[in-house]
Amino acid sequence: MLFFLTVIFACQLAGELLVVALGLPVPGPVAGMVLLFAGLVIRRGIPDDLARVGDGLLSNLSLLFVPAGVGVMLHIALIGEQAVAISVALVVSTLATVAVTALAMRLLGRGSGGGEG
Amino acid sequence: MTAGLRDIWVYLSASPLLALTMTLAAYQVGLWIHQRAGRHPLANPVLIAVVVLVALLLGTGTDYATYFEGAQFVHFLLGPATVALALPLYRQIERVRRSLLAITVSLLTGSMVAAASAVGIGALLGASRETLASLAPKSVTAPVAMGISEQIGGLPSLTAVLVILTGILGAALGPLLLNLMGIRDMAARGLAIGTASHGIGTARALQVSDLAGAFAGLAMGLNALATAILLPLVWRLVL
Repeated sequence: MLFFLTVIFACQLAGELLVVALGLPVPGPVAGMVLLFAGLVIRRGIPDDLARVGDGLLSNLSLLFVPAGVGVMLHIALIGEQAVAISVALVVSTLATVAVTALAMRLLGRGSGGGEG
Repeated sequence: MTAGLRDIWVYLSASPLLALTMTLAAYQVGLWIHQRAGRHPLANPVLIAVVVLVALLLGTGTDYATYFEGAQFVHFLLGPATVALALPLYRQIERVRRSLLAITVSLLTGSMVAAASAVGIGALLGASRETLASLAPKSVTAPVAMGISEQIGGLPSLTAVLVILTGILGAALGPLLLNLMGIRDMAARGLAIGTASHGIGTARALQVSDLAGAFAGLAMGLNALATAILLPLVWRLVL
């Protein structure tokens, strides 16, 4: 278990280094995700203990956004001044993005074997 | 409060343990309410935890920096958890390979709609230029969004907050909209939620299905990449 936790951290570290070295426009952890994914493809499978550690982290993913979310208290005044513009823009834009992306995927996914998941 | 109690409070509030425990406890409250509400997407546990914590911090006069000294230990795990998204993605590798073209086109379309509609609506309703630049990358995962915002003249810390709000909105309202639209394909649902609302949407999608979670995680990564490359270019051309 500890070995695979080390592997995950090492992927993140390697991702961070890669991003800085090559000036990539993605965050280090996303580059680390690609590295781990490549490792799984090469290895052709997920070791049981890696699944236990990784799925453990992912099953609590929501919790990890709470500290950043509390940062809203830093900008309550600014958001308050432009509350209507900001809230309408966020709500309508988020719904439009969900709708357009899902519709495009449904239209295009039909021919390529998409179906009920 | 008696003097003794006040001493204990002063001691505790100076240690990271209090903020850490409060974060976990507030999230437990969020989960409990979420369960009680029949796992309704509107009863989002992140939203509930944030509201509880902001109220507590404002009520006790604690500033965010003090809180974050403890909460950073939870925040830190975001990195390794993002790396772990490779697991659901690998489990769906066949499905991703079959729909590669559909995924690419849907994602690029969604990515453009996310930025353009936010900036357009914000401008119509009189948001300042700085706010518009902070809004533009709101559907992108926070670390990348903050970088984009800085590049185009926004406030990175405001962007971080707008990103989290967008994530909560997408996780809370996205599934309801998809139900209304009659979209049941878990791949399409995951891709849409992940494109619109990055990691918070992905967390929600993972709770519902592994397939939706994998496509949401994939969408989050690709949207970050597409927006980071395209948005600064388009911003300079159009505005």
